[in-house]
Amino acid sequence: MAILVGKNTRVVTQGITGKSGQFHTKLSHAYAPRFVGGVTPSKGGQNFEGLPIFDTVLEAKKQTQCNATMIFVPPPFAADAILEAIQAEIELIVCITEGIPVRDMLNVKKALERSRSRLIGPNCPGIITPGQCKIGIMPGHIHKPGRVGIISKSGTLTYEAVNQTSVAGLGQSTCIGIGGDPIIGTNFIDLLQMLEEDKDTEAIVMIGEIGGDAEIKAAQFIKENVRKPVCGFVAGITAPEGKRMGHAGAIISGGKGTAAEKIEAFLSAGISVARSPAEIGKTIAEILHKKK
Amino acid sequence: MGILYDLQLRCVLNIHEYQAKKILRDNKIPVPEGYLARSPIEAEFAFRRLKSSVAVVKAQVHAGGRGKAGGVKLVRSPEECRDVAAKMIGMTLKTHQTGPTGKLVRTVYVEAGSDIAKEYYLAMLIDRETASVAIMFSQDGGMDIEELAERSPEKIITIKVDTTLGLGDYVLRQLLYRITLPNSEKKQLTDMIVKLYSLFLKHDFSILEINPLIVTKDGNMLAIDGKMNFDDNAIFRQKEIEALRDFDEEDLREVEASKFGLNYIGLEGNIGCLVNGAGLAMATMDIVKLCGGEPANFLDVGGGATEDMVKNAFRILFQDAKVRGVFVNIFGGIMRCDIIARSIVEVSEQAKVRVPIVVRLEGTNVAEGKAIIASSKMAIISADDMADGAQKIVAAVKKGH
Repeated sequence: MAILVGKNTRVVTQGITGKSGQFHTKLSHAYAPRFVGGVTPSKGGQNFEGLPIFDTVLEAKKQTQCNATMIFVPPPFAADAILEAIQAEIELIVCITEGIPVRDMLNVKKALERSRSRLIGPNCPGIITPGQCKIGIMPGHIHKPGRVGIISKSGTLTYEAVNQTSVAGLGQSTCIGIGGDPIIGTNFIDLLQMLEEDKDTEAIVMIGEIGGDAEIKAAQFIKENVRKPVCGFVAGITAPEGKRMGHAGAIISGGKGTAAEKIEAFLSAGISVARSPAEIGKTIAEILHKKK
Repeated sequence: MGILYDLQLRCVLNIHEYQAKKILRDNKIPVPEGYLARSPIEAEFAFRRLKSSVAVVKAQVHAGGRGKAGGVKLVRSPEECRDVAAKMIGMTLKTHQTGPTGKLVRTVYVEAGSDIAKEYYLAMLIDRETASVAIMFSQDGGMDIEELAERSPEKIITIKVDTTLGLGDYVLRQLLYRITLPNSEKKQLTDMIVKLYSLFLKHDFSILEINPLIVTKDGNMLAIDGKMNFDDNAIFRQKEIEALRDFDEEDLREVEASKFGLNYIGLEGNIGCLVNGAGLAMATMDIVKLCGGEPANFLDVGGGATEDMVKNAFRILFQDAKVRGVFVNIFGGIMRCDIIARSIVEVSEQAKVRVPIVVRLEGTNVAEGKAIIASSKMAIISADDMADGAQKIVAAVKKGH
């Protein structure tokens, strides 16, 4: 079933009565009818387009047997919403909210480590298994069921890769935006492992960007553990160094986070690198062609 | 001095040294006595108020590297303090962090000189890997910490705090039993770390760096410099810190952009870029450069950009005299391309734009969007994909020269 989401996913939206929550629940549910309800405190008992609304996630789970949530709660309250979903032991939590304070995410990350839940995001477009389940804000129509797994730190750049693989006739198994924040729930390595084991995935596209060292660790992991072909792209090769775009965390992590450094790590791990963002689809198509 | 930067913990909000010192002082962290002066005569009075025969006059600009550029001077009398301040106020300070245009010095901070016996280094920052607050200490302070990290990393001791458990004594002991400070200093250091850690969380710091942390000849520990970065995402609950923002120090275009919820960074090239989403915006700069052009900016209108945001983004781009052409790269997705196309046409007509504009639209209603662009009176060029668009804008700008 590709990975993480599919036909058996049962989703509730936390923050279903807000503007974005309404809009994207409607679109996601129209794409594939996997939504079973929503949560907005003090609106329990009402419904949204036929989906029942509950006051708490725990109540929603009891009534709907949901196993996933999509979070559209505003930044000041989003960490609390994630913690609520963790407490209710929801298997998959997808947090779209952008702008959650880092200090709040420190606590969330520690709570996740001690829980049964997996978090995707925050500050991400979400996750989609084409034709089966869409949890997030990505445009459904550019996706095609197929054999490339796509994992990415970015939102719209992921759409670019999706579109190119669709145009190339390859389609996607599952696409996941992991989120651009410093503290995120699920990293590249977790997903690489899952895609490596997934029988629907034949090749992987990994899209990174400057900052941090997640891509370098992922490259190391691929070298040691991934047999399937991987195409990589790193955004920000022209980003200037300066007061704003400098790098760090570096002293602790030991890396500098430049695009050049990441591309080098990709190459030495045997990953095919797309030099131009317009060549992601072409690169992955060539790899799959060669394989045959 | 300021060395720890991070793209993803990018800090829009910077504060002056005198403001950082006040935050430290207000939280009972020992710092030297000092006063802000807006004029030479105020600087002279500031010196007289200090209980010290030596003072340091420091230019208050948002940039590191002030010492080498002449923005930090030692003075020994009120008169000398006044004369030095007279030279400093109104001067343009150029350091490696100000860029080639430099920064105008509007105020100076007059601080009591300290009798330095030892220099240490202390910093706190978010460690994304372990999702904890990392506290770093080194007995070799006062120098470039990145250099030290490179040359002798063993001299920097790092402890990590799980914020759900707090800064327990057991965490502090991991530091205290690995350093060779006298007990009186260990006691002062512990006290300082405990206070700074709670300050770090209270004000949503992303980075706090005390370099140097000194011990005076009579054994007192003092924070001589305090660099603070704040988490932009937390500004909504840090009104006190937000009030310290000094708009004179910021790039006007960036300030303007942030008012409209746009993410803008000015660069040196001549091709204005307008893109939705940070990753795609970076990739767009990359592809412009691959095609032989130079981007004038990084401009992200956000993944779910609205008509208004696109209009405002256009206005900011056209205010930049350097811009000789604009490349719009929007992967609309859910956003409707016809709406975006209409706002592009409208704004460029209103602004009587004379530079070439290349527009690449993808997403819902893309055909209608392209039709609107094609029927416009303005010379707007449509592109099929991002590679096509980058080639077209680079060619158009080169032709225009």
